[in-house]
Amino acid sequence: MTVVADLALEVRSKNAGPFWVTMEVFARDADAYAVVADPAFLDASVIARLYGVPAQDVQFYRIPSLNVVKISFPRPVVQGSLRDHDIHAGQHHVPLAMLAVPPVT
Amino acid sequence: MATNPDSVRILVPVGMLGAGFPPETVERGLALGADVIAVDGGSTDSGPYYLGTGTAKTARAAVARDLRLLLRAAATAGIPLIVGSCGTSGTDAGVDWVAGITREILAAEGLDLRLATIYSSQQAADLDLDRIRPLPPAGDLDRVTLDSCTNIVGMMGHEPIAAALTAGADVVLAGRATDTAVAAAYPLLKGMPAGPVWHAAKIVECGGQCTTNPRAGGVLATVDATGFTIEPLDPTNACTPTSVAAHMLYETVNPFTMREPAGTIEVGDAVYRALDERRVRVEGSRFEPAAQHTIKLEGARITGYETMSFTAIRDPHILGQIDTWTALLRKMIIEWVAGTIGLGEGDYSFDIRRYGYDAILGDLDPATGPPREVGVMLLVRAADQATATAVAKVANPLMLHLPTPDMDYLPSLAFATSPAETERGAVYEFVLNHVVEVSSPTSLFRVCLEDNR
Repeated sequence: MTVVADLALEVRSKNAGPFWVTMEVFARDADAYAVVADPAFLDASVIARLYGVPAQDVQFYRIPSLNVVKISFPRPVVQGSLRDHDIHAGQHHVPLAMLAVPPVT
Repeated sequence: MATNPDSVRILVPVGMLGAGFPPETVERGLALGADVIAVDGGSTDSGPYYLGTGTAKTARAAVARDLRLLLRAAATAGIPLIVGSCGTSGTDAGVDWVAGITREILAAEGLDLRLATIYSSQQAADLDLDRIRPLPPAGDLDRVTLDSCTNIVGMMGHEPIAAALTAGADVVLAGRATDTAVAAAYPLLKGMPAGPVWHAAKIVECGGQCTTNPRAGGVLATVDATGFTIEPLDPTNACTPTSVAAHMLYETVNPFTMREPAGTIEVGDAVYRALDERRVRVEGSRFEPAAQHTIKLEGARITGYETMSFTAIRDPHILGQIDTWTALLRKMIIEWVAGTIGLGEGDYSFDIRRYGYDAILGDLDPATGPPREVGVMLLVRAADQATATAVAKVANPLMLHLPTPDMDYLPSLAFATSPAETERGAVYEFVLNHVVEVSSPTSLFRVCLEDNR
């Protein structure tokens, strides 16, 4: 099974200030970018399902010049609160990185 | 009046004062003709504690080591040194902390530099709620929330820093400032165009992060009338169009536009071009002045007191039923706390984290399967420290001996430390994500120029 991480040089996440999370997929090349940038594969509804956040809060930035898909959304758990288990949100790329890519037809 | 130069060279040695850098990289920046040294001293990334308490994340000795090298460099070259967001959160206490270290170094090294401090702490009572606006995803602010903050800072733009430089400062130690303002102040003062200045300031704010080897020291940005050129200070390191453009993604919600107090940086049309194998030219960046000048506010308040306990499980039998075991632990803690100290669930709260199983991602984790070993962290929060610790101590025998329902003996689990409980003290949360409209970009900030020469 191919996952997003297999198509990427790096998949990363990080806090963007105290109230937002942002993540980037650095696709390996233009072909890999075409897969991850395809809204039929990856859009706000998929991110909403992976991260338990409202789809309307998810921002997408598709940047072909860098082969990058960037995604930002408000942190569902307040930074530093009792139930915040990742202060820098630096490990929250994993559900996206492990997302299965549909087989090439 | 002196005419403006054709270009201004900004030396950024490192992304955070106290993180360290090779001394020879700064020497190389001076040899390349640096006109100003700018470095960030703070961040909110590590959570609300540092603003809440007004204490620094960095070690004093690490800040002193970096400052000593930079003060010597500034004195040698006769160029200004600007430090932003002093003491991690940029509170007045943080500015005073860095200023104290600076004065010691200036005296010990016999350096003749004039020091300016800029204070950015705000008194809740002085802030006008009618002029405060929420930023997404925050809602409207009320007086009770504002008054509950232990510390509030305003995030300055370049203007107070420029004012300190104009007044004759050689070293500017600023309270909370935007990451970009620290690098933008001097080139703006020298008449460089706002679009390239602000974009360059954003690219250099994390030092070597925009290079192909972020661990090799900082960068030098040269801003001129039509754009800017960026190169690493280490001659073996490189900036590429991709490494520079990609830095706009880092820790930003929107990679194309960024709001500053005075306006908005627009880089969607910027073109990144390799000048050679290690220098990049950037043109096409714009800065759109805002109709209303705004200052972002940051504030933190105490949400309670915490006590932490940490045990660990290696027994495969328990690990095979880790969810059942955790549910039993949660139920027993609530029962025992009610039975021994008479507290209900509204009197305290607690969180159980299973490190090695699902502590980081919880229900979001795509992986499944029994773990090999699990660290169990119990985090108790209450209105006072004694209550939090009492709850953790009541839970102690459970953290040591709780079996799964099908075991007819008591296991002994692996506490990590003695005592098992660690008091974490007051814990904080960020409560402000708002801007205040101001009539002047300097009105919320106090510039103090020292007469130390």
